[in-house]
Amino acid sequence: MRLENHAGLDHQPLVEIKHLKKYFTIKGGGVFKREKKEIKAVDDVSFQIFKGETLGLVGESGCGKSTLGRNLLRLQEPTAGEVLFHGENILQYKKKQLRDLRNKMQIIYQDPFGSLNPRFTIGQIIGEMFAIHGTAKGKEKEQRIKELLALVGLDSSRYNSYPHEFSGGQRQRVGIARALALQPEFVVADEPVSALDVSVQSQIINLLMKLKEDLGLTLLFIAHGLNVVRHISDRVGVMYLGRMVELSETDNIFDHPAHPYTAALLTTIPDANPNAKKERIVLKGEVPSPAAPPSGCSFRTRCPLATERCAKEVPKLQEIRSGHFVSCHYPLEKGQSLRDAIV
Amino acid sequence: MEKILEVKELVTGYKGKTGFLKAVDGVSFDIEKGETVCIVGESGSGKSVTSMSIMRLVDYENGKILSGSIRFEQEELTDKSSDEMRHIRGSKISMIFQEPLTALNPVFTVGKQITEAILLHQSITKKKAMERAEELLRLVGLSDPKTRLKQFPHELSGGMRQRVMIAIALASNPELLIADEPTTALDVTIEAQILELLRTIREQRNMSIMLITHDIGVAAEMAHRIIIMYAGKIVEIGKTNDILQRPYHPYSKGLMESVPKMDGQRGVPLQSIDGTIPSLHEMPSGCRFSPRCPLATDKCRGEAPQLERKGDRQVACWHVDKLLQQEDKTQVKEGI
Ligand SMILES: Nc1ncnc2c1ncn2[C@@H]1O[C@H](COP(=O)(O)OP(=O)(O)OP(=O)(O)O)[C@@H](O)[C@H]1O
Ligand SMILES: Nc1ncnc2c1ncn2[C@@H]1O[C@H](COP(=O)(O)OP(=O)(O)OP(=O)(O)O)[C@@H](O)[C@H]1O
Ligand code: SF4
Ligand SMILES: [Mg+2]
Ligand SMILES: [Mg+2]
Repeated sequence: MRLENHAGLDHQPLVEIKHLKKYFTIKGGGVFKREKKEIKAVDDVSFQIFKGETLGLVGESGCGKSTLGRNLLRLQEPTAGEVLFHGENILQYKKKQLRDLRNKMQIIYQDPFGSLNPRFTIGQIIGEMFAIHGTAKGKEKEQRIKELLALVGLDSSRYNSYPHEFSGGQRQRVGIARALALQPEFVVADEPVSALDVSVQSQIINLLMKLKEDLGLTLLFIAHGLNVVRHISDRVGVMYLGRMVELSETDNIFDHPAHPYTAALLTTIPDANPNAKKERIVLKGEVPSPAAPPSGCSFRTRCPLATERCAKEVPKLQEIRSGHFVSCHYPLEKGQSLRDAIV
Repeated sequence: MEKILEVKELVTGYKGKTGFLKAVDGVSFDIEKGETVCIVGESGSGKSVTSMSIMRLVDYENGKILSGSIRFEQEELTDKSSDEMRHIRGSKISMIFQEPLTALNPVFTVGKQITEAILLHQSITKKKAMERAEELLRLVGLSDPKTRLKQFPHELSGGMRQRVMIAIALASNPELLIADEPTTALDVTIEAQILELLRTIREQRNMSIMLITHDIGVAAEMAHRIIIMYAGKIVEIGKTNDILQRPYHPYSKGLMESVPKMDGQRGVPLQSIDGTIPSLHEMPSGCRFSPRCPLATDKCRGEAPQLERKGDRQVACWHVDKLLQQEDKTQVKEGI
């Protein structure tokens, strides 16, 4: 089985993200609205995505996961940084190169209800991909679309149906078919199952795992649900307020989290296993606004381990153990629990 | 144990083109004093309609309680006038809604909204009510409650607003708190804060909680008992650990198995239930789960099973005995 060991992963980076930043400017609340505020949605993020892996990305709402996903596909223009795809910086690509790139990098959106145009049939929605990129026409196009529908487990006779005639899970399948139309190498799946019911979620997760295997995709899988991310990912990255705070191989991150945020997060996920005894550590306070992030380490206002140093110095993402990256001045040792570290 | 709420054969419908569409169809359960009961089920299974029926709020939305009984502290709620109901709501029964922003009035300060809830049921001075409001905000764990009282809902984060909603719900010292997905819109770490808050308050006040969720993990952590709903009907009721360890109904079983476990094997295909929940106007005949059920027979498709006792449990399935026997057999084979 694929995930029982990771020997099958060749550690060739397919995508390399270097010091990526995306800042949004918004009007401030002042009387004359002249005051401008900057939201550092993605703030100096660097990491690699290996060929053939599923990299899970987790973090609370608003921490910048979707923005990161959109920017590394250049669906939005980053403020600064580099994104290398097969070693080439795609941020310097011109229009034509960018269009070719779309064949290779795709996105599946979170919302199966809002992401499909209600006035188009399923055939048209998927067919649009071929039209934009001029790769298939007429009968050949129709044939390809029907194959895609079959690939994602939809009846090809639904070719002429409209989105509202489908359930949420079926619509998400259409979204997946659309993303796969041009046979991409790399797909960002932005919370593809969050809007779906539990029993339908597992249908879509199974589909994604199977397609990934069959088509040899590389996947950036963004999600809230840690159980889902754990199930599907080879490695997991944890974001907090625009920064990557921890990144490691999945079992390692779940068994030996080193960042206090990750460690606390893992104690608080509601788990359906009644036998799992856990000592919950409930983080105090609210997630700070990204328009006014704390100085130093952005997690320090809620961190049980924070010291003065944390207020002054931004911790860098460092490889503390082989393949285990953490940005914290006081990372947990292997086997040390957050509770132990607090005392 | 003293029963605080008893719902019997509740049927609630919404006006459709050809008559009432039954969103809740013959639901019976009870809640004891100090108990937390979780209602779990997929979107559209009738969880919210059940709670809105207990609050008698369905009438305001084109809906109607068509039959059945809802007894709260031995009194029949379905007979109450809307004035009587208004008094019971917000004094003895309070409700927290899923979306805290829409449930709060955007043009009034947090302080005004809480004191209003207090003054509705207690004849005390405005100043005293304000003090009490401050106390409530402190109780729900908001820092700097004096400042918060002067703020408007949009100035607070989602987690803070949900705390304000809980403060309002607690203003009248309710006996029963109905919480409809109170954490679905919130982040994991904030969700953990709110759940812990609800647990503490329940213990301190010996309050009963009816918690609606579609997250089995949340139910596992909060509930004494779990009620599983499917397509407007209850399919199973049981003690939390019993249901989690060995769900009886094929739907409950499918539901539990489709959730990836934190200690489960990674990367293997998850169990899933084929198909989707039926919509109100195309309810299958017989057992409503039959089109998706791996055990369904002609009997299932022809006749609806009733919720029946099985020891501590209540289950609505024709083939539950067969299912349990089969499971026992495979366990013996596997030498467990
Ligand atoms: N177009 C925009 N203009 C201004 N601010 C934006 C824009 N898009 C995102 N933001 C802000 O950037 C931050 C990160 O948003 P993003 O959508 O990336 O978060 P997320 O991690 O995907 O959250 P969620 O889990 O809720 O989807 C948020 O504070 C958000 O409000
Ligand atoms: N005001 C209404 N008018 C007509 N139908 C309604 C109304 N409110 C609910 N329904 C229908 O009743 C059924 C049950 O809805 P309900 O809101 O109770 O589901 P739920 O279990 O709470 O789902 P969710 O998890 O999505 O909140 C649904 O089919 C819904 O469309
Ligand atoms: S009654 Fe039949 S169809 Fe319904 S859950 Fe039981 S076995 Fe399945
Ligand atoms: Mg997002
Ligand atoms: Mg609901």
